[in-house]
Amino acid sequence: MSKFQKEPVKLVPVPSTNKIPERDIDKSPILECRHLGIDFGGLAAVKDFNIAIGRTEIAGLIGPNGAGKTTVFNLLTKVYQPTRGTILLDGMDTNSMNTVQVNKAGIARTFQNIRLFNNLTVEDNVKLGLHNHIDCGMWSSIFRLPKYWSSEKKAREEAMELLSIFDMGYLAKFKASSLPYGAQRRLEIVRALATKPSLLLLDEPAAGMNPSETAELMETIVKIRDTFNIAILLIEHDMSLVMGICEGIAVLNFGQIIAKGTPDEIKNNPVVIEAYLGKQKEA
Amino acid sequence: MKKNILTINKSTRSMLFTYTLVIGAFVIIQLLRTFKDGGVGAVLEGQLIPICAYVTMALALNLVVGISGELSLGHAGFMSIGAFMGCSAASALAGVIPSAPVRLAVAMLVGAALAGFFGFLIGIPVLRLNGDYLAIVTLAFGEIIKSLLTNVYLGMDSNGFQFSFLENRNILGEGSIELIKGPMGVMNAQRISSFIAGFVLVVVTLIVIFNLVNSRTGRAIMAARDNRIAAESVGISVTKYKMIAFVTSAALAGAAGTLYGCSQVTFTATKFDFNTSILILVFVVLGGLGNMWGSVIAAAALTVLPEALRQFADYRMLVYAIVLILVMLATNNPTLWNWYARFQRKKAEEKGGAEQ
Repeated sequence: MSKFQKEPVKLVPVPSTNKIPERDIDKSPILECRHLGIDFGGLAAVKDFNIAIGRTEIAGLIGPNGAGKTTVFNLLTKVYQPTRGTILLDGMDTNSMNTVQVNKAGIARTFQNIRLFNNLTVEDNVKLGLHNHIDCGMWSSIFRLPKYWSSEKKAREEAMELLSIFDMGYLAKFKASSLPYGAQRRLEIVRALATKPSLLLLDEPAAGMNPSETAELMETIVKIRDTFNIAILLIEHDMSLVMGICEGIAVLNFGQIIAKGTPDEIKNNPVVIEAYLGKQKEA
Repeated sequence: MKKNILTINKSTRSMLFTYTLVIGAFVIIQLLRTFKDGGVGAVLEGQLIPICAYVTMALALNLVVGISGELSLGHAGFMSIGAFMGCSAASALAGVIPSAPVRLAVAMLVGAALAGFFGFLIGIPVLRLNGDYLAIVTLAFGEIIKSLLTNVYLGMDSNGFQFSFLENRNILGEGSIELIKGPMGVMNAQRISSFIAGFVLVVVTLIVIFNLVNSRTGRAIMAARDNRIAAESVGISVTKYKMIAFVTSAALAGAAGTLYGCSQVTFTATKFDFNTSILILVFVVLGGLGNMWGSVIAAAALTVLPEALRQFADYRMLVYAIVLILVMLATNNPTLWNWYARFQRKKAEEKGGAEQ
């Protein structure tokens, strides 16, 4: 078992917000949103958002542009404070937490428009993901105490191990901004994983990718779930990806969930088809 | 593969170059002063300690502007606190610590601690905000400190310290020393700063900055600069790390102020005004943001330049400005950079050819 894998969890009954995969059914969900909502001025950007995600589930959040998908991510990571409702992360209320504390509690994310530390190397970007798992204070650094050397060595090893899982070890010394687009997307995922989350949020991971790159990404996402044993929630417009790997899907339109279910259920749901394609004319 | 100067990475190379530059310059100047008649010349001799002080100031400001990406327009304020408080401490301790270098070191620590404390106070509200607020607040801070210190009277006699504000109401007994005399500033009984002390301060500053930057703390500071939202999303408290950079910088500026103050017979608070803050910012910008050896060279050159331009008399500042503009144009000239890149490539090709 790799050291990045999570310990097995205790048994708690599942609240009936929505179905979670069979194998996670005997464990409590990693994330649960209850009646989550936020207003921007008079506009309810997200309202009555209910969702439960299993321990090792790959879940998808889809919807037309402007439906409020990224706003949900920003609520989960506390970039915005919710106006209403609760977010339970592993049964713990995140109401009083800020972005930093939510990350420490176990949510990591990537961004729709890539946000890397552009002037730093690939290795340093990953080490920054490991930030809260490195034990070395400011004074140890200034005086170069033994603690500095041991913690830096450990950080370098862990960063390289993570990078090599994604075949990016050879890029370690390059500046993050000099990487090609696809590698930047992957690096952002590696950096998020370095924080050792229990839930990974991916915001349009396949944006700007061609079909073969998307297929590769799908394999990577499944590999992440299997290697690190974590839950993944992703926003995506590419239906081949969403229908291909997601076990549960929620469809958002005008800030509200209009459908929840397995890929097959969503594909044939008339409400979803209407939201995407418009209403069929009466014959 | 053997590790040579070209295989180690760029930041380490730049660090080694900076240390070499500073230590080399010190050795050459010390040798000249020891073995040559007239030393390094009267003009440069008088400027040696101010150069060290301004180099330290430029390095400290580069930590804030270049590494942590915040703009400070009041670093002369921290220098001022360091100069006044450090010199007061040095004069007050004259009877307790007879050794001048030790007294200077203690005075620098006092100056650094107080300047750092003020940096911390300013940082609490301002570093929580996004944007250019730090520039506005530090600009005001510099002016406030200047006005305050102009009106402070601090004296010491056998009974302890006496302090008064706006007018001198201190009644000092026997064996008294007037430490700060309001608009008259500070009068030093002896000038305890030396070029060697200045060199030590510059080296300590370099060690602190480089060790901080190349560590977990430094990475977090640069991450907060590059992308605040992403830094928070990976669990880095942006405010905390901006604070570490700012307080460290303020403390180093305080120590530089003490060094400068203790090298002058007398100085007043008006010496550390907005122009001085901007001057230090010019050193940093000219040397390159985040580039430490650039700051060292720019600070040293631009401190000597006004003295070297004395022959231009009234046109001195005009020539100074022209030199500045020319240097900035030259360093940002794409044609010049292309030429340099071509030169480098040619050299690499020649080397590659030789190896085959």
